[in-house]
Amino acid sequence: MKQITVPFLANLAKILSGATVRWVDCEPDICQRVYFANHTSHLDALVLWASLPKHLRNLTRPVAAADYWQAGLVRRYMASVFNALLIDRTKIKVHNSPIDMMIREIGNEYSLIVFPEGGRNPSGELRDFKSGLYYLGKKRPDLELVPVYFDNLNRVMPKGEFLPVPLLSCISIGTPIWLEPGEGKNEFLTRARQAVLNLKEM
Amino acid sequence: MLDTLFEFNSLDWATIILILIVFLVLGVLFTVGQILRRQPESTFDKAIIRTFNRRVGAWLTICVMLVVALCMSKVVTVVFFGILSFWALREFITMTPTRRADHRTLFWVFFLFTPLQYVLVGLDQYNFYTIVIPVYASLFIPARIAFTGDHKRFLERTAKIQFGLLICVYALSHAPALLYLDLQTYDDATRTHVPWVGKPTGLLFFFIVMVQVSDTLHFVWDRLFGRYVIAAAINPTKTWEGLIGTACSTAVVGMLIQLLLPNVTPFTWYGAGFMAILISVMASSGSMTMSAIKRDRGIKDYGTLVTGHAGVLDRIDSVCFAAPIFFHVTRFFLTV
Repeated sequence: MKQITVPFLANLAKILSGATVRWVDCEPDICQRVYFANHTSHLDALVLWASLPKHLRNLTRPVAAADYWQAGLVRRYMASVFNALLIDRTKIKVHNSPIDMMIREIGNEYSLIVFPEGGRNPSGELRDFKSGLYYLGKKRPDLELVPVYFDNLNRVMPKGEFLPVPLLSCISIGTPIWLEPGEGKNEFLTRARQAVLNLKEM
Repeated sequence: MLDTLFEFNSLDWATIILILIVFLVLGVLFTVGQILRRQPESTFDKAIIRTFNRRVGAWLTICVMLVVALCMSKVVTVVFFGILSFWALREFITMTPTRRADHRTLFWVFFLFTPLQYVLVGLDQYNFYTIVIPVYASLFIPARIAFTGDHKRFLERTAKIQFGLLICVYALSHAPALLYLDLQTYDDATRTHVPWVGKPTGLLFFFIVMVQVSDTLHFVWDRLFGRYVIAAAINPTKTWEGLIGTACSTAVVGMLIQLLLPNVTPFTWYGAGFMAILISVMASSGSMTMSAIKRDRGIKDYGTLVTGHAGVLDRIDSVCFAAPIFFHVTRFFLTV
């Protein structure tokens, strides 16, 4: 069943969002990556996932909140289609942080899609990043941290809407960054945020 | 079911010969463009050659798809134009700033009014498709936006959406509507109207070819003889000499086609000349108008709007403006 629905959904998302994918100084690769992006629409993860080459799709998992994505049949189904890594926000403890869960889940195989702003932002302006990305980079220095910028997708399907308007949009995937030795948390998060913002201008 | 997809006899010899001539000319232009591109020490400006090649390539693509559609059936042609409209509209709205509150209005514009217009054209419902967008949609759009409660720049937003729908969908849909006209032809000898024996596919193809010829000749006239620019702030290359010269030379091409292939359109040879002038002036007005919108938004063409997209609206803006006028003048003079 999924052999039919998954390509169908991926193509539908691509057609509706009219997305062009630009790899800016970056190439598709099976190495382990964390794609971090601005979050403006429900379509973000779906469209990015759909625009990856086929062999990478199976290896790439969006990170999402379990309480949201397990509510209702449609959401639960969507989450299973994309093999989403659901984080249960109620079960977060000191010895079981979301970062530990992610690192455990990805093993030596999977890549992740994360939205470090923490939620969808209706204004379209990029908010400050939460610290998760920093800790991911610190605990797994081998992961490539790849900035991604979604342009115009918030107009295709804004927060609170369930029907899309088929405008054109653009996804820019930029040069990977790493946590530099001795780099502070705020310093790194500002740099990561800037890497996403720079893609807007390119 | 199959009848709607495949109609035999949708072309006659006059149309087939016109199609062959057009492909021959486009083929020659394409080859010339490719040869010029490969010249290492070219005396020509690289940018001009690139523009030229892109345009020839785009027209070749559009012509191939149109001919395939025309060979199949009326319905397929209508669907083809429907897809062009949809794509042009999405480019137009992408360029236009709308507000969050316009979302549901836009949804209806894309998924109700656009398909409805083409369904009505395909069903030959002239009384409906001529008013559904100018009346129903243009009342629906402001009302729907008002219901959302967002009054900021209200008239501006409403007008932008209405204009996009009118140009990209309503105007363009008059091109495939030509296929459904029951046409007569004027017999000079007896001075009466007699039923036309040609095929309407020929008329539609003639129309598209004339727009194309007009666009190309405009380029040539502006480069060779252009002195007085019409409006430098809007389009620095379009000149008065280009506008007038293009209209006259397009008329000559139109008359030649009509004299060589008498059955391709229902017009007399002077009628074909007059229609060619009309098409040429409307086509130039169309690209001027779209240039004005693009300048206002500060972009060069719709193709560069979102990196990598083809810019359908850049190629068909002239068709959009010429189609309704060509349709109505033909209908007024040559139907019962």
